[in-house]
Amino acid sequence: MISFEQRQDEARKKWNALQSSKVPVIYVGTATCGRAAGAMDVLKVIRRTLKEHKLKAKVVEVGCIGPCYLEPLMDIVVPGNPRISYSNVNAESAQKIVENYLLKGNPLPMLAAGHFGENGHPVTAGIPRFFDMPMLKHQVRVVLRNCGYINPDSIDHYLANDGYEGLKKALAMGHEAVIAEVEEAGVRGRGGAGFPTHRKWKICRSVAGDDKYMICNVSEGDPGAFMNRSLIEGDPHCVVEGLLIAAFAIGANHGYIYINSDYTLAIARLKTAIDEMSELGLLGKNILGSGFDFDIIIKEGAGAFVCGEETALIAAVEGRRGMPRSRPPFPAVEGLFGKPTIINNVETLGSLPNILRNGASWYKQYGVPGNYGTKTFSLVGSIRRGGLIEVPLGIKLRKIIEDIGGGSLKKFKAVQTGGPSGGCLSEEYLDIPVEYESMTAAGSIMGSGGMIVMDEDACVVDLALYFLNFTQKESCGKCSPCRVGTWHMVTILERITKGEGTTEDLTKLQTLAETAARASLCGLGQSAPNPVLTTLRHFRSEYLEHVQDHYCSASCCQELVKYYIDPEKCNGCQRCAEICPTEAISGVRTQLHEIDFSRCIKCKACYEVCRFDPLAGNAISIKSVRRVS
Amino acid sequence: MKDKDYQEIFSQFKGKEADLLPILLRIQEKEGYISEEAIRRISKFLKLSENQIYGVASFYPKYRFNPPGRKSIKVCMGTACHVRGGKFLSDAVGWKLGINIGQTTEDKRFDFQRATCLGCCTLGPVVKINDDVHSRMLVTGLKEILEKHD
Ligand SMILES: Cc1cc2nc3c(=O)[nH]c(=O)nc-3n(C[C@H](O)[C@H](O)[C@H](O)COP(=O)(O)O)c2cc1C
Ligand code: FES
Repeated sequence: MISFEQRQDEARKKWNALQSSKVPVIYVGTATCGRAAGAMDVLKVIRRTLKEHKLKAKVVEVGCIGPCYLEPLMDIVVPGNPRISYSNVNAESAQKIVENYLLKGNPLPMLAAGHFGENGHPVTAGIPRFFDMPMLKHQVRVVLRNCGYINPDSIDHYLANDGYEGLKKALAMGHEAVIAEVEEAGVRGRGGAGFPTHRKWKICRSVAGDDKYMICNVSEGDPGAFMNRSLIEGDPHCVVEGLLIAAFAIGANHGYIYINSDYTLAIARLKTAIDEMSELGLLGKNILGSGFDFDIIIKEGAGAFVCGEETALIAAVEGRRGMPRSRPPFPAVEGLFGKPTIINNVETLGSLPNILRNGASWYKQYGVPGNYGTKTFSLVGSIRRGGLIEVPLGIKLRKIIEDIGGGSLKKFKAVQTGGPSGGCLSEEYLDIPVEYESMTAAGSIMGSGGMIVMDEDACVVDLALYFLNFTQKESCGKCSPCRVGTWHMVTILERITKGEGTTEDLTKLQTLAETAARASLCGLGQSAPNPVLTTLRHFRSEYLEHVQDHYCSASCCQELVKYYIDPEKCNGCQRCAEICPTEAISGVRTQLHEIDFSRCIKCKACYEVCRFDPLAGNAISIKSVRRVS
Repeated sequence: MKDKDYQEIFSQFKGKEADLLPILLRIQEKEGYISEEAIRRISKFLKLSENQIYGVASFYPKYRFNPPGRKSIKVCMGTACHVRGGKFLSDAVGWKLGINIGQTTEDKRFDFQRATCLGCCTLGPVVKINDDVHSRMLVTGLKEILEKHD
């Protein structure tokens, strides 16, 4: 077997050869978001076009570089020129770009999103720098540094970009020094709670015994968040390297990656990564000659939000129902199979190679005292530029939403962070810094990275009901404050969204929420009331509107809105009647149409066609009308 | 599933309790659901009671206990899709197919599932039919894609 250093050398040579390739290189982002937008079709067309014209070029699949709203992304490097990125490509435009650029030397600046070189190059005239685009300019890339750059299925690409340097350093430093470095860097868990990582490591390290476990938590149960998935799809090795560093620090010889079984691409990438590592001697016995032994088992989860909670996750790995148990004993002392166990989030682990490689003081240039480093968010919802972002902690929420995201599509109403355990913040809170304490003080939480922007078309009561429905279904049922409490909150919220609520209901809701938060056994029940509590606190007037006036100003709650066809505007085009899934609309061509409300399920389909179809007259409106008492 | 299919799956495991979830996953991948026969066989292999296996399996939303349709429609009910109208979509799909979430149409053409985030939240609302992801999906486009997958 060749030595690690030899392999590193070879990898660097291969990488440099790719960078100064004699033939063009085409990169396509084929992470889940790219695939959903059609990247695999684009890939096919690129290969076909190259073949048709007998063009020589390398095609490399990469992960997500962040701006998902621009997917599919295709980047082309022609020898001697900077890399140029094309966004929202489809089969047709991909072919056009490849033919024009590779055959005729015309990079079609009109279709380009940005380039990766220095300004002033003749080929990139009229194209901005990719990282000067508003969405990227305010970001920093520490954890995500390789995503979208390297081929995630190639350990060589990772090695050439200083991969496993952090591990090498850690092995040379020794267990205690690694823990001290992580303490110095002020790392806090990115899974949501922000617990200082070194503290639980120290507890685990100090427990006697040789059998210890290190687990990477890829449960990512927040519905509407994809940071962890995207990181693994784009750079699996950085997470696994982090897992090794953490395991070495605490003295664990066995690792588990607990991952949602729906993450098929991420699982495949992890498997490839693990195979390549074993081949290189980065897993197994006596890793890099240090005497450290380590193996990794990938454990696929079968859903259930609660399995993201540490003790429930352990139960799931052991093959039981994923139910939490009361703590202490903490997993650091008594965890998987009764042995000391540390569980860390994907992003926490992903930051470790950078910290070990560059040192704690380097890491601390990002963030603010008490909240050092960066955080990734999946910025989605009603936002102009959505995607996966990484920002230094301490950044203002407003900066994320307005400068990076470009603001909401319609008038801003709220931003939701932390998923089902988090809360909604209104406009007044946009100037708070994104830090664990300030987010909690404002009534929300930092969370694991879900960030959903809502505009005036979204109703906060409906959102609270959405989350409570979720937690109620996901409640494991072990303790009654959570099992029964969430059920009652759902019932009350349903009443309110139907216009059947009373002002007493709001008081009941508040009491119930506070009780469930205090009395529940695990984090799920303790945090499930958060969406209710924060919306009651920041958007009380919207609740009152539903209760007193039976009115939903967002025209969102289905029971409180009515559909109207404006006789003046309806031109009888029959588009709505064709599209209606329940055949609730009837009418003769060129004559006024009618809605049969007994069949209407208020799915908005007719409204959408009538508004956007060029033949239609924009005659359908959805209105909620205030009750006059 | 045939005897040898079970043997092939079981041969990848040692027969410990911790193997239960991965075995169930492999069986569901192969057959599309967990049948009573599968539970009987796992019970013999792992020496766990059928009750315990059913208890564990039914805890996890992933496992299904009725045969799937030829095509599986998953409507994303994640938060990002919800705020963009995912609920309207799932209502309409249910209506069009005449079934509720978790059921299969009588002609076994479609089964209807909910997903809690398909990982492309910026492109919501999202519907997945077998392996095809349809992004930025509105109810207005529903007829067309259902017909395409007929
Ligand atoms: C209901 C519930 C769900 C959770 N889901 C996740 C999750 O999906 N991913 C995660 O990393 N942590 C999740 N956590 C937090 C974990 O229990 C744990 O604190 C975390 O994985 C520790 O890693 P960290 O210290 O690196 O953040 C969840 C907690 C609760 C109570
Ligand atoms: S919420 Fe639907 S894809 Fe994420």
